[in-house]
Amino acid sequence: MRFGIIVFPGSNCELDCQWVLEKVLGQQADLIWHTEKELKDYDCLILPGGFAHGDYLRTGAIARFSPVMKAVERYAEDGGLILGICNGFQVLCEAGLLPGALLRNTSLAFICRHVHVRVENTATPFTTACRPGQVLRVPINHNEGRYYADPETLRQLNEKGQVIFRYATAGGETTDGANPNGSLDNIAGICNERRNVLGLMPHPERAAESLLGSTSGLLLFESIVRSGRAASPMSR
Amino acid sequence: MNEPTITQEIIAAHNLTREEHDQVVAILGREPTYTELGIFSVMWSEHCSYKSSKVHLQTLPTSGAAVLQGPGENAGVVDLGDGLAAVFKVESHNHPSFIEPYQGAATGVGGIIRDIFTMGARPIALLDSLRFGPLADARNRYLMGGVVAGISGYGNAVGVPTVGGEVCFAECYSGNPLVNVLCLGIAPVDKLFYGRAGGIGNPVFYVGAKTGRDGIHGATMASETFDEKSEERRPTVQVGDPFREKLLIEACLELMRTDALVGIQDMGAAGLTCSSCEMASRGGTGVEIDVRLVPRREEGMTPYEVMLSESQERMLLVAREGAERIVQEIFARYDLDAVVVGRVTADGLMRVRDGTRVMAEIPVKGLVANAPVYRRPALRPAWQDEVQYLDLHHIPLPRDCGEVLLRLLASPTIACKATVWERYDHMLFLNTVVGPGADAVVLRLKGTERGIALAMDGNGRYVFLDPRVGGMIAVAEAARNVVTSGAEPVAITNCLNFGDPTRPEIMWQFAEAVRGMAEACRALQTPVTGGNVSFYNETMGQAIFPTPIVGMLGILAHIDHATTPGWKGAGDVVVLLGQTREELGGSEYLKVCHGLIQGRPPTIDLDFERRVLQCCLEAIRAGFVRSAHDCSDGGLAVALAESCISDPERHIGVEVSLSETGRPDALLFGEGQSRILLSLREADLGRLEAIALRHGVPVTILGRTGGSRFLCTGRTFTINLPVAALDQAWRGSLPTLLRQG
Repeated sequence: MRFGIIVFPGSNCELDCQWVLEKVLGQQADLIWHTEKELKDYDCLILPGGFAHGDYLRTGAIARFSPVMKAVERYAEDGGLILGICNGFQVLCEAGLLPGALLRNTSLAFICRHVHVRVENTATPFTTACRPGQVLRVPINHNEGRYYADPETLRQLNEKGQVIFRYATAGGETTDGANPNGSLDNIAGICNERRNVLGLMPHPERAAESLLGSTSGLLLFESIVRSGRAASPMSR
Repeated sequence: MNEPTITQEIIAAHNLTREEHDQVVAILGREPTYTELGIFSVMWSEHCSYKSSKVHLQTLPTSGAAVLQGPGENAGVVDLGDGLAAVFKVESHNHPSFIEPYQGAATGVGGIIRDIFTMGARPIALLDSLRFGPLADARNRYLMGGVVAGISGYGNAVGVPTVGGEVCFAECYSGNPLVNVLCLGIAPVDKLFYGRAGGIGNPVFYVGAKTGRDGIHGATMASETFDEKSEERRPTVQVGDPFREKLLIEACLELMRTDALVGIQDMGAAGLTCSSCEMASRGGTGVEIDVRLVPRREEGMTPYEVMLSESQERMLLVAREGAERIVQEIFARYDLDAVVVGRVTADGLMRVRDGTRVMAEIPVKGLVANAPVYRRPALRPAWQDEVQYLDLHHIPLPRDCGEVLLRLLASPTIACKATVWERYDHMLFLNTVVGPGADAVVLRLKGTERGIALAMDGNGRYVFLDPRVGGMIAVAEAARNVVTSGAEPVAITNCLNFGDPTRPEIMWQFAEAVRGMAEACRALQTPVTGGNVSFYNETMGQAIFPTPIVGMLGILAHIDHATTPGWKGAGDVVVLLGQTREELGGSEYLKVCHGLIQGRPPTIDLDFERRVLQCCLEAIRAGFVRSAHDCSDGGLAVALAESCISDPERHIGVEVSLSETGRPDALLFGEGQSRILLSLREADLGRLEAIALRHGVPVTILGRTGGSRFLCTGRTFTINLPVAALDQAWRGSLPTLLRQG
């Protein structure tokens, strides 16, 4: 499969995503500078973590105006797979490709540590390799990760199975104590209605090698590769 | 615009002595201009010239088989094999952090990162060593909060993970916190860059952020003590922009992959002045700069201000003539200025022009190489004997050793620092095999099977009580932390934080501490590759503990050797390498439980230390060591407790008995050196004993891991506590202390 990783000035997880895709999973992964206006024939796009354009304003607020984003939007409309991780999730929300917003953590502090998330829906191209209700151990690394959506949007997200990950205990309970940032309903990741765009705050690329303490993040990338194989060649 | 006339007042305001002014006149053959005076003032400040420390620093060992670059460049370089080099250095930002904690710490991070990528290395890790006053004082909480937020805010956004470090507390740091930041980068051995201006006629580029009035005389400010008006010096603190720095890193590394670059140096302390004349000095050339061409973000700046500004995120580079377009195109891609502001010249002069007008013309050699060097008077303080005196008969024995253990675990210097390091991205780049909270940080070295270990250490209390022994212990303990993590210690970088060097007792502390460090570096074969001296750490005449911080770099022959302090399962045998003596001087126990900073620090035999380290490393490499932990602050009991609770997701108890006679508090909480706690399967005990015998290191079997209690018995005491209680004391302490008030 051929992945394209969008690099904004200030992104910093692009090399990590590339490492996991190429060295761990044996896929091809190209870096795409944010000024590109056309995207080549990619099977999946990744918007990586970091601080796009410095994020001195609201996170992702400037990145959505980067020239590449028009092409990203077209790619999404055509049904292409897009994975937004952390800052990438924030950018996707700002760009309107995903509903809701990511607010400052309730602790008002940056948090970097391993958390557990429960897989809420395995019927997406990003989660087919997971078991329903499976608990993944993945790190978070953010200052603005508190997911928020208005009640109507939240209702729809729940109804249509668009909530994909919720913060949970190691045993899979979605308690307040397991919610690191105050996210609404412990939401850690959502997808769009069409299920081709997914955003999540945890970093699956940081949980892809046992040497680094966890491999459960690999399941996301493996799901994508699996769905890519099933759909290949992609019709867009 | 006319510059002010030089008067005695102006000379004094520039912190130049009468003799130094005379030397300036001798070098120039005339009175300096105002701009020249400013340039001499910053270049001859303690911060930039090392004029008081140089004679002592020259006694440190600086070469070794693995050292590719020792002190004198932007950072030290160590050979990692496979064509890779580690570029690393530690630097202080104490003074700015006291005046403005957030920006002071943030720009400290930014500055040391620039020192690393200027050598051609991608910065991959940061560590910081922090010292604050007690958290009961609201101002100390404010300082700590600001410093941690500044490191977090800058480090996370610039995209360099903060993988570890240490935080300690003592009264003496109330008026003068310490912020020492270490950065590590990885570079190809054959693509290292140096801060040298070579090639007569080559263009000198200014790249990065624009110049403002911030930080003018920052280096001079860092070379004075503080008084009650120090906060008024906020304008001398710079403001950091991590986004700009991130772009600067990427642009410079991209430029380094071309053949356009000749030399490069960051504009840190003393900005454009220091970078240009140091590059010319190393290149044996001259340099000419037109300040009118320097990109500015403020109107009406004088040549003096442009030359002395310490605006952040700027670099000076010399490119190959004809390669100007390559430089400009790369920096334009990152929205950064890249302007030719001058040329490399053959005349050995630093010439500063403002358009056609010459504002300064100084022989580079006179300015840099002939800077003043002082052998300042050193005198052992009269009170040294008094603080070293300790009669243990006057120290009451603890009634409940368990209660003491809980108090020590909750002491902020010992307590769990997760609340600090969880605010730092410590996982970026996917190298962090052992993260913050262990004896040392372990990073994998991608593309090889090896790893790098890094530890920062420095016990100011020991150095205060005996500078020479304290200096030795700082090196030895850092080496031990690297060894217990599975690595062979290779080289150090150091940051020497002391008081006012014009006071003979401070100079004595400095000379003695450096002597001790030099001895330990020789004995352990870990040369010094560079670092930084920070004097004048005093407020209202009150100096900090002399605090040399050692940043130790070690190499793991195989990443599988990575070892951590926590027990790995029940039923393992717990053993101690080394020997416990009845030593309590300078201990955390005496301070926390008896309010005493007293006695001689623990003794250290460097030859024995070396053997203990070799023994431990050989055992780890043999593959049977399940956990390894250095005994340091709080002694054996605290080390045992930490091994039970270091993994929040897996607590494992322990049952040990200590057969030694002597005071129970000394046995449990004494901080005797050269001791390492190991756990291993019983079947492997014979292998360990054979290795230890060969190195002449005593091995004591203490007990076994398992259960949910901490049970430690001796001839006259018993500690029997649930592991959960230890965890609560240790993990809960710092968040509680930071929340108060």
